[in-house]
Amino acid sequence: MPEVGGVFIQMEDEIASITSVIGASWAGAKAMTATSGPGFSLMQEGIGLAVMTETPCVIVDVQRLGPCQGFATLPMQGDVMQARWGSHGDSRSNIVLAPASPQEMLNLTMEAFNLAERFRTPTIVLSDEIVAHMRERVIIPRIEDLRIENRSKPSVPAEEFRFHELSGSDVTPMPTLGSGYRLNIMGHLRTEEGRVNIPSQNAPQLAFKLLSHLSEKITTGEWEARKIKTLYADDSRTMLISYGATSRTVESAVKEARKAGMKVGCARLVTLWPFPEEQLQTILEDIDNVIVVEMNLGQIVDKVREVVGRSTRVIHVPKVGDLHTTEELLDCVRKVAV
Amino acid sequence: MSHPLMKYLREDWMPTVLCAGCGDGTVLQCMLQAVENKNIDIDQVAIVAGIGCHARLGTGYIAADSMWPLHGRALPIATGIKLVNPNLHVVVLTGDGDCGSIGLSHFVHAARRNIGVLTLCFNNGIYGMTGGQVAPTTRRGAITKTTPYGNLEYPLDLCSLAETAGASYVARWTTAHPRQLTKSIEKAFEKKGFSFIEAVTQCPTYFGRYTLETTRASEILRWFLRNSMSVEQSKKLDSEELAGKIIVGEFVDTQKPELAEQYQIQSRLKK
Repeated sequence: MPEVGGVFIQMEDEIASITSVIGASWAGAKAMTATSGPGFSLMQEGIGLAVMTETPCVIVDVQRLGPCQGFATLPMQGDVMQARWGSHGDSRSNIVLAPASPQEMLNLTMEAFNLAERFRTPTIVLSDEIVAHMRERVIIPRIEDLRIENRSKPSVPAEEFRFHELSGSDVTPMPTLGSGYRLNIMGHLRTEEGRVNIPSQNAPQLAFKLLSHLSEKITTGEWEARKIKTLYADDSRTMLISYGATSRTVESAVKEARKAGMKVGCARLVTLWPFPEEQLQTILEDIDNVIVVEMNLGQIVDKVREVVGRSTRVIHVPKVGDLHTTEELLDCVRKVAV
Repeated sequence: MSHPLMKYLREDWMPTVLCAGCGDGTVLQCMLQAVENKNIDIDQVAIVAGIGCHARLGTGYIAADSMWPLHGRALPIATGIKLVNPNLHVVVLTGDGDCGSIGLSHFVHAARRNIGVLTLCFNNGIYGMTGGQVAPTTRRGAITKTTPYGNLEYPLDLCSLAETAGASYVARWTTAHPRQLTKSIEKAFEKKGFSFIEAVTQCPTYFGRYTLETTRASEILRWFLRNSMSVEQSKKLDSEELAGKIIVGEFVDTQKPELAEQYQIQSRLKK
């Protein structure tokens, strides 16, 4: 980092890592931290602070088998719901992206910074032990070819700036510490004037408005990174749904099945949260069978069931600690596909 | 005429939420007086507070950049700020529970790194905001809400911990020593490295009521004075004679390379 004018520090623990990232972000830097499984649990407190203070930051979580120590070198996709809901208190403004290759580790981390800056929210790159250990060719783009987003700064002077004002799903500009705005940044519920002594009869209404703002700012409107990548989606009767490392075997299984003449395709969720409901609904509209492949006991499958409704058959293929084999997936496909 | 330090405060936010007779206001005044005396541009000060009585002073009442984030995590947040913008005066307001219990490891590591953060610890010897529970700094034998038969544990000496961990400046005063406290804060503003100042503050509502059986701030302040002993004096006594004493003065006053500055120098060399 010194070579490029950045700062790197190894903090004493994950709580200190995420909180120092929050401090760095308010001091004006684009800041990130990286961890694996248990460290991500520790970071939830800080992620809650980043949500409540609308701090742009990026967290890379390399998922591993758990809970607790689990098994450090075994893969799992067990943090999907934790990445979504981790902090206490109905915290739901995390954006979560799931890379499936080293190239995507790079691209989605860059994308995560753009999203974090645009929405003033923690953005999580939810990798897993397999993708993180993968060695593949990575093309590093030229800086001038990149689309770089920066947080919006207030355009009005300090005395006119209303730091805590909420305007529905709009993101408020974010001044930097030391720029004369005399900010009072807090993890506490506040009035739109930034007061914390709130009459108890007003607090519930105020809390509803704040929490709705935090949630709606990332779900309102379309944004390009909320994406799903598909293969043979046009004429398939059966679709396999996956994300992250799991999608690698899914793709080879689908290609095998196609060779055998089966009308099978797959959809890979690149954005996990906010869940790309409408996009998935469109993809799965005329599908007979949906097979959800996850390296856990079932985290995204319920969301898929909700999207497709009762008329479509949803089959779940759970596994932990290892990738599904192509053969396992083909077995499953053969049972339903024609 | 308004108070000469009122320009640093949000007057329309007054009165504070603190109890009558609380010592935190005295520490706040000492801090603002030090800012005034040292001619520090308040817009170049970033305050990070913890959680507890002291924290309510940190965000809101002071008209400066401030954060009121999480219990115990002020120091790592401050570390992030200082590393990105070493020109800011980063001030951490913390309490004895915030710093000595939940945030203990961050405290030790911030001192070890010698990050240029001024840490002002309001030590009232009890968890005041939550109703008077025992803290890691509570005196042995003290009655609190969670030690109704007396505290069996030994209190933590935050200053000696800061010294051991490697802080550049360490001092302790009580709210009965406001001039000395102000001078120490002034000195800490000039220090490059990590400075730790412990301000022993009176909590009439809990500490006073439970331990000294008085809710009068003036009586607690007199008790502070009676029980205080200078660092120099304390060196002549053994641990038995020192039991229950509040040792006041400067414990460390040294100059050594500060982390954020060192990082910048290293970065220039690597570019």
